Amino acid sequence: MPRLPVKKTYKLFIGGAFPRSESGRTYEAQEQNVALASRKDVRDAVQAARSGQPKWASATAYNRGQVLYRVAEMMEARLSEFAGLCSGKEEVERAIDRWVWYAGFADKLTQVLGSTNPVAGPYFNFTIPEPTGVVGIVAPDEPALLGLVSRIAPAITGGNAVVVLASETQPLAAIELAEVLATSDVPGGLVNILTGKRAELAPWLASHMDVNAIDLTGADGLRADLERAAADNVKRVVLGKPDTQSLYEISAFLELKTVWHPIGV
Amino acid sequence: MAQAPVLPRGFELPLKQRLPRIGSVDQVAVEARAGELAKRSIKKESKIWALELALRCCDLTTLEGSDTPGKVAALCSKAIRPDPTDPNIPSVAAVCVYPNLIPTAKERLAGTGVKIASVATYFPSGQAPLDVKLRDVEDAVAMGADEIDMVIDRGAFLSGRYATVYEEIVRIKEACGEAHLKVILEVTELGTYDNVRRASLLAMAAGGDFIKTSTGKLPGAATLPVQLVMLEAIRDVHEETGRKVGMKPAGGIRTAKNAIQYLVQVHETLGPDWLTPDLYRIGASSLVNDILMQLRTQRTGFYSGKDYFTND
Repeated sequence: MPRLPVKKTYKLFIGGAFPRSESGRTYEAQEQNVALASRKDVRDAVQAARSGQPKWASATAYNRGQVLYRVAEMMEARLSEFAGLCSGKEEVERAIDRWVWYAGFADKLTQVLGSTNPVAGPYFNFTIPEPTGVVGIVAPDEPALLGLVSRIAPAITGGNAVVVLASETQPLAAIELAEVLATSDVPGGLVNILTGKRAELAPWLASHMDVNAIDLTGADGLRADLERAAADNVKRVVLGKPDTQSLYEISAFLELKTVWHPIGV
Repeated sequence: MAQAPVLPRGFELPLKQRLPRIGSVDQVAVEARAGELAKRSIKKESKIWALELALRCCDLTTLEGSDTPGKVAALCSKAIRPDPTDPNIPSVAAVCVYPNLIPTAKERLAGTGVKIASVATYFPSGQAPLDVKLRDVEDAVAMGADEIDMVIDRGAFLSGRYATVYEEIVRIKEACGEAHLKVILEVTELGTYDNVRRASLLAMAAGGDFIKTSTGKLPGAATLPVQLVMLEAIRDVHEETGRKVGMKPAGGIRTAKNAIQYLVQVHETLGPDWLTPDLYRIGASSLVNDILMQLRTQRTGFYSGKDYFTND
């Protein structure tokens, strides 16, 4: 007997769950109906990120590395599905390798970016990197998958939680990635992915007072306006590259804390 | 000394004879109606109006064993001007504290219009002899409380000694003198909507100026269906006697959205007359910050965060 294949409903990823948009709207992208997020979904996602962040930041660096590696494992298992949603198998493999690279850095950050500093006084002076908090990411359109992973991975490696606006024209890879994250020990709320119109959503994310940094890699023509909106609470603005892997991509979302510890008291 | 109001027709003691008049509550229907009313969508100007009303109706509350004069002083500052950056934000209705902290609150709130509510009558259990409770109330009033939040003796109520409960409320109302009396039913311990309705009518008949859902010390506390049952009891008393009794849900109302749902219910059940701090209060602590956050979002046009408001 012929059977009707079960079609997937593409939804948002907020707080570890897959809700439809609060507005109930959808739009068409890559020949699929995709949820069209509203500003209230942005608000909910930031709230989820804020509540998920402290636990992730206080997990041991080793544990964070393990969880990120697990994401790579889960992606490997879905390689062929991902290949159909971006430029192909090679891009997926590079995205998986990127997760592994960042996973390895989770427990090496502090050693490389931190320092002990010589000071002229009876103090032990040292500097340690700390996550900045909630990071908004305006993801680039190209490459659809690798660009997304290249922006999410460094931010969460450093202990931040993220709210991602997926590519407006190619959102399917982002939703597929959400399904991977949901099954790979990444705590709920750590990564939140919204699909929809960039021009509608990005200003709400950039002006949100509870977002600490914003990555405008995919902002294109909106950049100047978003930077202006971000200035209100002195958000850190990051203009990353869609395809890059570097320790400095991680440190872009970190704060450096310097401590003066008295000696001999 | 204030007299307990004359019992309205049908509310005379002993209660046993009038139980059929009290009627019973249709649990399914009450929950369905409360659910329906909670779906109302309030937008734009109405939303801002409702948020400011909710704020004006708040009893900013701290009832911890660890309360200190410092904490209450900070709470009072917040009560007077909830958002230091915006003088247009109204003050809350009252602060609600334990009796020992009344003098601190009185000093801070003098001349501001913010009232001082104090819990009394062996709060939160109410399991003490009547003279202890009366003394508790007298002391609170003497120290300067404008409003007394009493707890009913649930032990007596649940064992069917309604007359004891009634008598106690009457005596405590006398002890209050000029102070307003709010009667806490502690609905979580009453168990059923029928009991909530019965206790509400009892408290009103005995002279309570307000009926209040909970102490805030138990999980569950105020819910929309429970408030609806209590509002309908208030409505029935008003229809029969013309007397207006106030309502105060307390405990578990943490978001502005939730607070607006409570206000919608009041408007739909009792009408706009009750939408004033004189007849409606919300017992809350964390709710205030959420309301402030929503109001600021409406004012500035972008979302705000918890870090921008004071922790009381």
